[in-house]
Amino acid sequence: MEGIFSAVAASKGSAWVRTLKELCSSPLTMSGLIIVGILIFTALFAPVLAPYDPQQIDTYHILEPPSHRHILGTDGLGRDCFSRLIFGARISLLVGFVAVGIATVVGTVLGAIAGYYGRWVDGLIMRFVDIMLCFPTIFLIMAVIAFLEPSIWNIMIVIGLTGWMGVARLVRAEFLSLKKRDFVLAARIAGASDLQIVFSEILPNAIAPILVSATLGVGGAILTESALSFLGIGVQPPTPSWGNMLTEGKDNLEIAWWLSVFPGLAILVTVLGYNLLGEGLRDFLDPRKKRRN
Amino acid sequence: MGFVLFLLKRLLGLVPTFLGITLISFFVMHLAPGEPMSLQADFNPKMTPEMRQRLRAQYGLDKPLYVQYARWLKGLVHLDLGRSFSPDRRKVWDKIKERLPITILINVLSMALILGVSIPLGVRAAVRQNSLFDQVTTVLVFVAYAAPAFWVALLLMLFFGIELNILPVSGIHSLMGYEQMTTFQKILDWARHLVLPVFVSAIGGLAGFSRYTRSSMLEVLRQDYITTARAKGLPERVVIYRHALRNALLPLITILGLSIPGLIGGSVIFESIFAIPGVGQLMWSAVMARDYPVLMGNLVIVAVLTLLGNLLADIGYAAVDPRIRTGLQSEE
Repeated sequence: MEGIFSAVAASKGSAWVRTLKELCSSPLTMSGLIIVGILIFTALFAPVLAPYDPQQIDTYHILEPPSHRHILGTDGLGRDCFSRLIFGARISLLVGFVAVGIATVVGTVLGAIAGYYGRWVDGLIMRFVDIMLCFPTIFLIMAVIAFLEPSIWNIMIVIGLTGWMGVARLVRAEFLSLKKRDFVLAARIAGASDLQIVFSEILPNAIAPILVSATLGVGGAILTESALSFLGIGVQPPTPSWGNMLTEGKDNLEIAWWLSVFPGLAILVTVLGYNLLGEGLRDFLDPRKKRRN
Repeated sequence: MGFVLFLLKRLLGLVPTFLGITLISFFVMHLAPGEPMSLQADFNPKMTPEMRQRLRAQYGLDKPLYVQYARWLKGLVHLDLGRSFSPDRRKVWDKIKERLPITILINVLSMALILGVSIPLGVRAAVRQNSLFDQVTTVLVFVAYAAPAFWVALLLMLFFGIELNILPVSGIHSLMGYEQMTTFQKILDWARHLVLPVFVSAIGGLAGFSRYTRSSMLEVLRQDYITTARAKGLPERVVIYRHALRNALLPLITILGLSIPGLIGGSVIFESIFAIPGVGQLMWSAVMARDYPVLMGNLVIVAVLTLLGNLLADIGYAAVDPRIRTGLQSEE
């Protein structure tokens, strides 16, 4: 009797807990989750975690190799690399979330319109997607950035506005297949408006793939930002970002290896974390894929 | 006959896309606060309002936007992209033209490297699914996917260039003694300079393609005709490479086409790191100098290159898949 009760309680237990449990059953997804968790924690508590002020210049201790005082060494201005790395997490996280947020909203809206209305609207939007896909993203971003102040907000907006095409294609495909389903027909017969059907009938069913693509997109956005900052057209010094820290690494490559190694490692681990999480989510949300792969 | 028709249809389909590319490029150019020429004018202390007006007229900036677009498009068709804002005032197309070969060379070499390595890798991983080999390549693929290419470039420079001192880390040929080399030595010198750039530009593609090859192979290996081939008693090697791989490669051609913009985009990064005088470096210096004509010219040219790359991929697809060129398969 008790067994039945606990079983009922378990099945009633929040879907979130079950989701989390199943996600954690894969070691790869689990490590992705942990990495992303640590990153968010680091970004939130950066001022507490950092042993030094990331902007504090110390001309007596420039380009010091890692030691017990500065565990990742110091840069050309004597700033503590570990502290700068910790504050750099804020930039990466912010850029990742905001840029992907913009790309996801734009992609979802355009994809939904194309998939739902079909015909010439679909043709027009998808042609636009094809054209946008012809531009190597980094060239397009650079062309736009050249006209703007290279502030972090501009960078995020531009990365977002040049990265929505994949989402649009995905959402369109989902809408094309979902709009023919019976429950959509039922809603239409019940007198639902187009807007109601799109937002409360179709979109909730398309959330899973959008979520997966957004998670995978965060890694890409972080990579793009770091490349732009590395090239000197992204986040500008003295604000520490992993990309612009590597620029300094490049300039001191022959005398200070630690400046080149650690920021890159931070980018690698962060992007890896999001990608692992994204792949895990995909397998979890799409059982078909799990079986096939 | 079917193939010619297919080709014509594809070529016609390129026209609206090409127009779209030019429209977006033009739009980006006019996104500028102020005007493309205002920067140039602002730096000149002798600039009077009348002179400014004359300059505007000279550049056609006093005309309505659609007239400007039509003019620019007409120039573009004749490969007249205007003149650079930089002191040399050279024609934009001349600047791009002399830098295209090296960028294309590196991209072609890295594409060859990608295909040459990732296909056998992916096939092996698929054939021995879940083996140690499969798992190791999967991990490597994940890491390569997440590693910033410019950081890998720095590490390789640090290791091969500085630590071991066996590979040059910048330029495309030696600066000293290059003139005295024999042709063979020159080729060797080029090769030594290109090893790192080609490898760095290939990393992302290597990861992506071995992954795609693997999943495409897994898909094909489940098909009935593979079982049939095995049941006929064909050797496994023939089954894998003749029957399975051929079909598995089909979807990869499309992905190849789609990956071209990423590959060309990477040029900006590795060309600036390795000091290679290609289109990517030109783009970077144009952004730094706000040299708008060069910027726009570059943007259009790389987009058109991508378009041509996609066309080549389509032709390749049609050439190997009779269903496409005879139009038996539906458009979807």
